[in-house]
Amino acid sequence: MIEAIAMAHAWEMQADPCVVVIGQDVGANGGVFRATAGLQQRFGADRVQDTPLAESMIAGMSVGMAAQGLKPVAEIQFMGFIYPALDQIINHMSRMRYRTRGRLSCPVVIRTPHGGGIHAPEHHSESTESLLCHVPGIRVVIPSSPARAYGLLLAAIRDPDPVVFLEPARLYRAVRQEVADDGRALPLDRCFILREGGDVTIVTWGAMTAEVLRAVTELDEEGVSAEVLDLATLSPIDSGTILASVAKTGRLVIVHEAARNVGVGAEIAALVAEHGLYDLQAPIQRVAGYDTVMPLFRLEQEYIPGVRRIVDAVQATLAA
Amino acid sequence: MDRMRTDISFRFPCHRVLDELGNVTAELPPFAHDAEDMLRMYRLMTLARAFDAKAVNLQRTGQLGTYASCLGHEATHVGVAAAMRPEDVLAPVYREYATQMWRGVTMREILLYWGGDERGNDFATPRQDFAWCVPIATQTLHAAGAAMAFKIRGEPRCALAYIGDGGTSEGAFYEAINLAGARALPVVFVIVNNGWAISVPVAAQTAAESLAQKAVAAGIPGFQVDGNDVIAVREVASRALAVARGGGGPAVIEALTYRLSDHTTADDASRYRSPEAVRLAWAQEPLLRLRKFLLQAGCWDAAREQVLLEDCAAQVEAAVAEYLGTPKQSTDAMFDHLFAQPTAQLLEQRDIARRYAGKSGSH
Repeated sequence: MIEAIAMAHAWEMQADPCVVVIGQDVGANGGVFRATAGLQQRFGADRVQDTPLAESMIAGMSVGMAAQGLKPVAEIQFMGFIYPALDQIINHMSRMRYRTRGRLSCPVVIRTPHGGGIHAPEHHSESTESLLCHVPGIRVVIPSSPARAYGLLLAAIRDPDPVVFLEPARLYRAVRQEVADDGRALPLDRCFILREGGDVTIVTWGAMTAEVLRAVTELDEEGVSAEVLDLATLSPIDSGTILASVAKTGRLVIVHEAARNVGVGAEIAALVAEHGLYDLQAPIQRVAGYDTVMPLFRLEQEYIPGVRRIVDAVQATLAA
Repeated sequence: MDRMRTDISFRFPCHRVLDELGNVTAELPPFAHDAEDMLRMYRLMTLARAFDAKAVNLQRTGQLGTYASCLGHEATHVGVAAAMRPEDVLAPVYREYATQMWRGVTMREILLYWGGDERGNDFATPRQDFAWCVPIATQTLHAAGAAMAFKIRGEPRCALAYIGDGGTSEGAFYEAINLAGARALPVVFVIVNNGWAISVPVAAQTAAESLAQKAVAAGIPGFQVDGNDVIAVREVASRALAVARGGGGPAVIEALTYRLSDHTTADDASRYRSPEAVRLAWAQEPLLRLRKFLLQAGCWDAAREQVLLEDCAAQVEAAVAEYLGTPKQSTDAMFDHLFAQPTAQLLEQRDIARRYAGKSGSH
């Protein structure tokens, strides 16, 4: 996935001279995960800039650059470090277009690694996407494969509004997939149906798609046919695809790594309760991280929902 | 208008007592004449280096998580530690192991932290020091807050925050030094300028000629010191801490040193800096000059050096054995200490975690 992300950057920088990459260690070092490897050598130090160490500054300067017609693609090194930038993201980036009645806008992409499972130090394994999803005026996107990382990042950069692009850190090097470097974007605001099935709908995103697909293989052996939706754009939610799937299966399980409390899963459950209640044949199940701090890595596998929990939730909804 | 205009000029001469060959280039402070005192610092610097090499090795062999090496920082860390009093409060970053060890943190606790176990943050002593701080520069405000508590209670104590060169670009750092100056707080900020914020050199971080001069805008004293000279570091830090404890206000100290290692074990510095620069930095490293000074002073010799190295190796091995022998916490630990009393929601989830213990996660 990491190469696909670098490739999408390179394609769009070549195609659009307004695209500028900024962040800590994105230049000579090519990013701590190598997401911007080779870009500075190819496009120069003006268009691929190492910034001073200050996340609020990265978000704030992105607002200024974007208001001047550039398209900043900014890396926040880990999601746990995005919090100082929230002032700029929430108070300015998300509402520049709105406040100025369309006179100024913020076509910014903020990229940041998401989630745990890579034995990282403290504050390096956060999955706090619902903080961002609550903010009007920004899209929150998370890919689940190299091809979707490529296509969705291109779409995010081309989008006229701010996009927070979350990158599942444990997928960076987990999966290898041939990705055509053809500059073709994938649609934002749309779910991807990873697998069709008739008995139950499972909605998930990011790295959790891997656990869900493993659980689904196990369910196959038990004769349960699950439909798997990769939410991909966490805000705004593609409710149409979810509701159509639930209308077909009558059952819904939502799986996410982030804490359950006021997680994105709660929004999906509410949407289905509002618009698809009569399609449901069983209560909705949520399988989520616990409502505690992501533990240091000796216990992180106990925090991240595993195959067993997912299978059990599906069985519970089928038994209801 | 005139009242608002002040033209100032400033110089921050780098204070140094020992040159890289251990020659004395300035007047020695009184503690430098006390052989036992000097040897205590040298022993800890040597232990920190032995510990550091072992920790890197543990990471390379899959027995430790990502680890931030302290290689080359020993004089700054020990000089500052020796200047502090037990009742002072330290707000560390995540690399200042020798300061913490001087204050009572054990090598086992350090390994537990980098080994992915929260108990590493729960050191037996010193109970009031802050935990390691990964979100850059945030700890400087905690130190200022602790200093505010000392001031309100009229206690002759001082808080001390470390920060790296890159960290001085963060808003939190400016907020902290400004607050400290505005309220004359008993706090000392030690900027460990090791030249690199991961791959970004100081020159790309700021146009300021020194980081010490950032104190000027906050209206507080700034000092620059050779961070590879433990005598100079301790002397400057002792003075600043004494002033602060006595109600004389805060200070910023910039210690010039060099990160001889990668940023962490997850980093590969060869991608962005030349081996030549690192080779030159090795000639300035802190242990060598102190050893030479001690040899010249007649209180050290090769035989004692050998005994010390063996003793350090044994201490490190014992700590590693304790660390490796510490069983993993149960899943209950995820729910302990989030609140003083666990909520009903957490108790329910604790039961779920128990049920799935050992069969959760992605593998």
